[in-house]
Order: sequence, then C-alpha cells, then structure tokens
Amino acid sequence: MKIKLDHLTKRFPNRNKKIHEDVIAVNDFTFEIPDGKLIGLLGPSGCGKSTTLNLISGLEVPTSGRIYFGDTDVTDLPAENRGVGLVFQNYALYPHLTVMDNITFPLGNLRGDKKLTKEQMREKAIAAAKLVQIEELMERRPSELSGGQQQRVAIARALVKMPSVLLLDEPLSNLDARLRLQTREELARIQRETGITTIFVTHDQEEAMSISDLIVVMKDGVLHQIGKPQEVYDSPCNLFVAKFLGTPPINVFDGRVYEGHLYIGEEAIMDVDLPHGQVWIGIRPEGFVPDPEGPLTLRLKKIEVMGRDTSVVTTHPYFEGTFIRSIIPSEEIPTVLGMTEGHMDDTPPAVEDNGEGGSAPEPLFLPVRFRIKPSKIYVFDRKTEEVLPRE
Amino acid sequence: MKQSKLKPWLYLLPAIIFLGVFMVYPLIDVVVYSFEEGYNFVSQTSNGTGLYNYRYVLRDPYFVQALKNTFVLVIITVPVSTGLALLISLALSSVKPLRNLFQTVYFLPYVTNTLAVGLVFMVLFKKTEYSDGMVNLLIKAFGGEAVDFIDGPHWAKMLVMCIYTVWIVLPFKILILTSALASVKEDYYKAARVDGTRPSRIFFRITLPMISPMIFYLIITGFIGAFKAYSDEVALFGVDLNSAGMNTMVGYIYDMLYGNSGGYPSFASAAALILFAVVFTITCINLMVSRSRVQY
Repeated sequence: MKIKLDHLTKRFPNRNKKIHEDVIAVNDFTFEIPDGKLIGLLGPSGCGKSTTLNLISGLEVPTSGRIYFGDTDVTDLPAENRGVGLVFQNYALYPHLTVMDNITFPLGNLRGDKKLTKEQMREKAIAAAKLVQIEELMERRPSELSGGQQQRVAIARALVKMPSVLLLDEPLSNLDARLRLQTREELARIQRETGITTIFVTHDQEEAMSISDLIVVMKDGVLHQIGKPQEVYDSPCNLFVAKFLGTPPINVFDGRVYEGHLYIGEEAIMDVDLPHGQVWIGIRPEGFVPDPEGPLTLRLKKIEVMGRDTSVVTTHPYFEGTFIRSIIPSEEIPTVLGMTEGHMDDTPPAVEDNGEGGSAPEPLFLPVRFRIKPSKIYVFDRKTEEVLPRE
Repeated sequence: MKQSKLKPWLYLLPAIIFLGVFMVYPLIDVVVYSFEEGYNFVSQTSNGTGLYNYRYVLRDPYFVQALKNTFVLVIITVPVSTGLALLISLALSSVKPLRNLFQTVYFLPYVTNTLAVGLVFMVLFKKTEYSDGMVNLLIKAFGGEAVDFIDGPHWAKMLVMCIYTVWIVLPFKILILTSALASVKEDYYKAARVDGTRPSRIFFRITLPMISPMIFYLIITGFIGAFKAYSDEVALFGVDLNSAGMNTMVGYIYDMLYGNSGGYPSFASAAALILFAVVFTITCINLMVSRSRVQY
C-alpha cells in the first residue's frame, strides 16, 4: 500500500501550563512512501519520529494535514479500521497470554463474515510464527522469552492480520548489539517475503542505512531529506543530514570562499564557483587522501590501525571539534609516515594497535598533507546550513 | 562459627519474648480453654475437659443466628463491594476532569469514624417520633410503605447492614483498584486499539487479567474482614445485638466474654476457634482458586 502524507502537522499543548505556545512534534510533513518498500524514519531522540508513526497508525489525530493509504483518505479513520500492524518499542505483549494467544489476539477481534474458527486462527498464527521462526515457542509466556524472541512474537502478532502497512517503533533498541545486527537482517528478510510496506523508526543511522529502501531524515519535527540511503549519504541537503549520517561522522571545518577558491585557514583546498563569504566545509572521513603535494595540512595525533582500514586522527585550528578522523586504506600508512620523516627528531609517530590498548601515544602534532576527493567534500551556507551546489 | 549461630537468636530474643507472651501463649490458651468445661477466670478452675463447649456453642440459637448473619454479610458484601469498587475505579480512571475531586469524595468514608458513619445511617434509616428517616421519606414519596429499618423485620436490618458494610469498605478497594488500573501500561491498550479490539474484550482479556492479582487480594482480605465484622453492627444496632437478631460471630464471642451473658471464656474460646476454622478454610479455598486463575 502506498502511503502519502500531505502537509501533516501535529501540535501538543505545552506540558508547562505557563507556556502557551504548543509543542510542534511534526511540522508540515509532505512525502510519499512507495508500495512494498522498507522505510527508515531516522532522526535524533525527540524529533517526532514516533509521533509520525502514531499519526500513520491512527493512535494520534493530526492537528492538520491528510494521510492517504493508496488513494483512500484515512485521516479520520480510527486506528482499528486502518489495517495497520504496529510493533511497540517494548513489544507490549500481553504477559498473561501464551505466545499463541498473543498472536491470535488480533484475529479474535474479527467479527461478522470475517470471523475465523479456532482452527483457522491457529493456522494463521502458526504461519506468522514460522515467518519469524518462533513456531516452537508457541506455548510459552512472554516472561519466558528472551528479548529477541519477544520482538519476533510482537512482529508475528502485527503480521498475523495481514496488515496493509507494518509500523515498527524503534524495533531494535531493546536488543543487545549482536542481536541487533542479526534482527535487522531478519527484519529486511520478513519485509521482502511479505512485501508489506514497512516503516520503522530509529535513531541509529547505521541501522537505517543498512536495511532501508528509503530513509526519511527528520529533526525537531521537520523533514530534512528523503531518499535512498546511499543518495542521502552522498548528497546531503544540509549540514544536519551530513553530520547525522556516517560513522565516523563528517568532519566540519570553518572555511571561506575567496576568488573562486575554497579556503580552510590559509590553504586553498579546491576551486569552486561560489560567491565570496564564510561557509562550513564538510569532508567525509574517506575523502582524505595522503599526498605529500596535497593542499591541506593537518597535524598528526595518532594512527589507529583497524585491519582493512586505518583511522588517522589529526587536528586543525579551523576544525569544528577536537579531532579529525580520516579513514585511509592501510597500505597508505607509509605515505603518511613518510611525510613525517623530515620533521622527526628521534621518536616515530605512535602507531597504535587498536586492540591492545598499550601505553597512550604521545601527541606529536607533526604536519601531514592531504588531498581531498572532490566527491567527498560539501560546502554549506554559513547561515542556512543548506548545501551549496559547487558546479 | 558457634558464636555466629547464637548471635541471630540473641537479636531475635526481644521479638520472640514479646510475641511469645502476647501472641503464642494466648493462642494456645484459647485452644486449652475451648476444651475446658466451665472455666472460671477468677478461680482458674474448670469442671473437666471435653467437647462440651463446642456442642453448646453450636446448639446455641444465638450463635447459629450470628453464624447465619455473618455468612449472609460475607456472601453479599464481598462480591458487591468488590464489583462496585471495580466499576467506580473504571469510571474514575476514564474521566479526566475532576478526577481528584471524585477520588477524594470516594475516599472520605475510609477516614471517617465508624460511629460517625453509624450516626449518618441513623438519620437515613431510623424511625423517630419526628420522622421515619430519609429513606422512608423517599419510599413514601414514590408511593411505597414505610419500613422500620433499624428495629423492624430482619431482612430490612440486614439490608441496612449490607449497605453500611459495602459503603465502609468501598474506599479502600477503590484506592487499590485505581492504582492497579493505573499500573497497566498504556501500550497494551494502544496495541489492542490498533488491532480493533472491542471495549468489552479489552476489559475481559486485558484489563481484568492484568489487575487480577489485586482483585484476589481484595477478595481474600474482604472475606477475612467481613467475617470479623462487629463494630459496624454496634454502630447501627447498639450493643445488645443478640436481642436485635443482628449479632455476628465476633459479636457473639465478645458477648460471651463481657456482654450481658458474659463471663463464659470457654464458650467464647470455642466460638473463636470455630470462627478461625471457617476463615482458614475460606482463605485456603480463595488461595487455591487464585493460584489457578492468576497466572503471572
């Protein structure tokens, strides 16, 4: 089912009664979710992700705007008539019912000619349980299940009534790191197998990027960007989106444009066709290439070897933050070390093996030079923080 | 190591002595008295041992009356008060405005003195030279015939007694049930709503099972409390409950010890043990039922 949000807005009265201004949880959302896709609703805590989900499910009534499932306007339809399956962050399994009874519970609500016999309910429940691979746990109670198993039961309960839309509120946040990786793949598989349009809420960008067909990035109730994960990563529309996606995060420099050149400090990094003025410059960690002839000079703090890649930690006076993290292929380390040789007294820069701990490396702050990959650098307007097109 | 075994007992000693003297010894003594015929407090003598006291008590029409009264009271007031409390709690938790006011109003009887409440009931039900009481005025206004609720037929007195008991135990039950209802997580209701669950099904399949431990707690304590009823009867019908035909088991025990027919500790002890046996049995049944019904 295709979902369309049209200028959707939700305000809540302020908890503090002295402040009469409403809290705007969702501000003028307009976007369309294509049929049968897995969509990640991504944003920092308290940005209105869950409210958006509740609006789609019908648990909350929007202040203004419309919601369409397919071509039907469901804005005024109560939650029970929308045919959505909702999985709660804490799963909300009924503790006094067995897994089987939990899964059949939604089916027991059907009435009239949709009413099912006990046997039909069992069959459907077992089919749903098979899909999430919990068919051998049917007689247990939720308290006898692990977090991951409870999660699966919750998904089975949402799927059993064949919803047109499946909504998941932070589905992985209550699981440990290992299980989270495993479950997110599982989630993607279940979505593929059922083909149900699925929207899940998360604050973990890695999670959203790894399994979503589309991600929706929002902040403070405002929609910032919607697109395929790689597209959003490659061309963020503003500084917030650029900062929010990617680990390690993007490195932001205080820069300026002067006579067709982009400057960080006194060094011209590259040529740009932009008006003069102060800008923010964002460079992805993988955008740095060690090059003795490169235009950008950074001061080396330490090198962290992580196997395939190496993280070079450096500083720069115009960097917004403390340390710049750049990721370079491990075979480039000699280039980095070679640049420090001329400046070396007797101490080589500390090459720290990330696994072993060892003694803390001395800050060396020797200059190393980098060239920047043009596709990994973004220029943002100083005031609006919108990305400035370089061509 | 030896010392450490002795130490805890040393710490427990004050409590053991206290409980032994004031709880355990009297309990044993009651059992002993109940088997001693005609035990006399003053001379500390008896006419021998046997089941005579039990036989006497069980054949005493006053005791039989008290037993009947107590059972009627228990069987009517416990379910009625628990059910009513559940209804009121549900209503309270579903209204937003004035909830605190209502909660206070419903809690007032709990902090009001039994005898003061009795006085209010007198105004409502008692016939005096000047009026027939508020309730009779109402009955007459609707064309009914005045009933003497305090000194009249037994059913009328029982009715007043039940209303009184329900009213006085209601606040505590409402308090417990509203907090039990509030402790049911909102997510369960949201989940049920998304699945299109009817309100009745939400109540019977989600709310009721979730608060069932508290309901059983209220039923068990309600049974015990109702079996021990006495002061409420005095508040309504005065101290001579036997002649009013409104005595309860605890009232009977009290009367045997101190009342008009007082001075029979053996009979009182036997009656007390019968009461104990009844309460014990009922509580065991309750616990067995709740084990099989309350599942988490």
